[in-house]
Amino acid sequence: MSRARPERIGALPVRGPSLPRRAWNAGLLAACALAAAAVVLPLGLIVAHLLAQGLPALDLGFFLHLPKPVGEPGGGMANAIVGTLILVGLGALVAVPVGVGAGLYLAEHGDGRVGALVRSTADVLSGVPSIVIGVATYGLVVVPMGRFSALAGGIALGLLMLPTIVRSTEEVVRLVPRSYREAGLALGAPRWRVTQQIVLPAASAGIVTASLLALARAAGETAPLLFTALGNRFWSLRLDQPIASLPVFIYDYARAPYDEWNRQAWAGALVLLLLVALVSGLLRLTVRRIPGR
Amino acid sequence: MWADEAYRRLLGALALLVPVVAALVLYETARGAGPSLRVFGWGFLVSTDWDPVAERFGALPYLYGTLVSSAIAMALAVPFGIGSAVFLAELAPPRLGAVVSFVIDLLASIPSIVYGIWGLFVLAPWLRSAAEPWLTAHVGFLPLFQGFPFGIGMLNAGIVLAIMVVPTVVSISREILLATPRSLREAALALGSTRAEAIAVAVDAARPGILGAAILALGRALGETMAVTMVIGNTNRISASLLAPGATMASVIANEFAEATGKLYLSALVEIALVLFALTVVVNALARLLVVATTGGRRDVAGAA
Repeated sequence: MSRARPERIGALPVRGPSLPRRAWNAGLLAACALAAAAVVLPLGLIVAHLLAQGLPALDLGFFLHLPKPVGEPGGGMANAIVGTLILVGLGALVAVPVGVGAGLYLAEHGDGRVGALVRSTADVLSGVPSIVIGVATYGLVVVPMGRFSALAGGIALGLLMLPTIVRSTEEVVRLVPRSYREAGLALGAPRWRVTQQIVLPAASAGIVTASLLALARAAGETAPLLFTALGNRFWSLRLDQPIASLPVFIYDYARAPYDEWNRQAWAGALVLLLLVALVSGLLRLTVRRIPGR
Repeated sequence: MWADEAYRRLLGALALLVPVVAALVLYETARGAGPSLRVFGWGFLVSTDWDPVAERFGALPYLYGTLVSSAIAMALAVPFGIGSAVFLAELAPPRLGAVVSFVIDLLASIPSIVYGIWGLFVLAPWLRSAAEPWLTAHVGFLPLFQGFPFGIGMLNAGIVLAIMVVPTVVSISREILLATPRSLREAALALGSTRAEAIAVAVDAARPGILGAAILALGRALGETMAVTMVIGNTNRISASLLAPGATMASVIANEFAEATGKLYLSALVEIALVLFALTVVVNALARLLVVATTGGRRDVAGAA
């Protein structure tokens, strides 16, 4: 439409935009398209490099073996992969019940002052840098316990997930049609049973999706684990001991001055990316629109 | 009915845990920072000392590093982000727009450590051998681009940060552009505007919201830790040159916290966390206010923020 040729409507001569304006128009539109390409480019580069560097270092042993000392070939990150699953599981144990309960409250009863307070503190909490959450968890859990532990790491990850789960649960529950609630109440069900047995199940798919997105994001977090879960080169499933995690391992191995370790860091990064991006990508594809991201 | 009341109270109690947790995080950070606050006072923010042996601490180099790396990130992410948002909201065919938006959202879900490893092993060698020598040769008359091309340093951190926060700018700006009335563009076109001029009218209407998106991205950049820690070089010197290594508030905590011996040393690091906390809370609140004001509190858009 912008390129409209000069033409006549009735007797009036209608001229199109002048050449400088047309050039400016074309230039600006092209610049926007280039900007979009430039934003997508790093993703392609990162994935390409991860595959190129990570795949050769990735074998079955990487998933099954423990880390080997420097100089010995082979070795894997089995303990770190399991450790990440344990930490994320602990975080979910902390964050999901509280988050879903709070989200339900906000959606069903949250129009008062308490609701406003909860909402705004959840927003504040979601903006707090993860390293600050790590520092606070260190003071709240590690110092009283007297040592770094899986428990502290799990709590730190839980704190990170909490605000996302609260806000997205609220959004999803609000999407449940009013008529569902009215139908339940009309049948004589008390309010709490309507919430618990009609609204919650109707929203459950969305709540599960949103929670999994929060878990996937937490699985990639490094900063809050550095001085809570610390890290561990050995096999450990104990919650009161330091535990290995994939992101911290990648960090340590990437900084180490050994080529073999750097290669394993790439492999670890590839595994972590697959874990996180695959989960969130699939979830995003299955559920077209997840409020609160 | 008592059961209704009990259920409501149970949910209410769970909900109230959120403010309680937020208060605990704030309390613990403030308490931990106590000793350092008492010893150094406001001087902490303007001192460049960082001497664990003599127990003298000042946060200025880290404050500077955080602000400069975030400024580089903003200078890159905002123009590219707005351009992409315009492309996605106004120009792209809907199918292509949906695919590109999806890819950009994926960019946001990549863990920070993955960006870090890429910045360290791919971006840094490229900057060292190609980009930074070119910069010193061509714009080296500016103090910003002088000195030895390390590869790691402020510039690398800024670029990695830009890649990390640009999805925030794009997705929120796009939502806001889509929320502006169609009639704005139609009116402009009817008056004989070119397409770019009509879009400019819409962008103008969306400006406060786009500003909010940019400030929100700034909030993320300020607190981002791992990727920056891996590529910034970690030194507490303040250099005029962007090619030189530095450190940020988040990176110094990540690097030194676990090994900090001595009460005051640890407390100084916690105080840096407190300053970072305060900074991001203010920045985020400002951003949210702007986004909500532009979208008239539309839940979906405000939620994305």
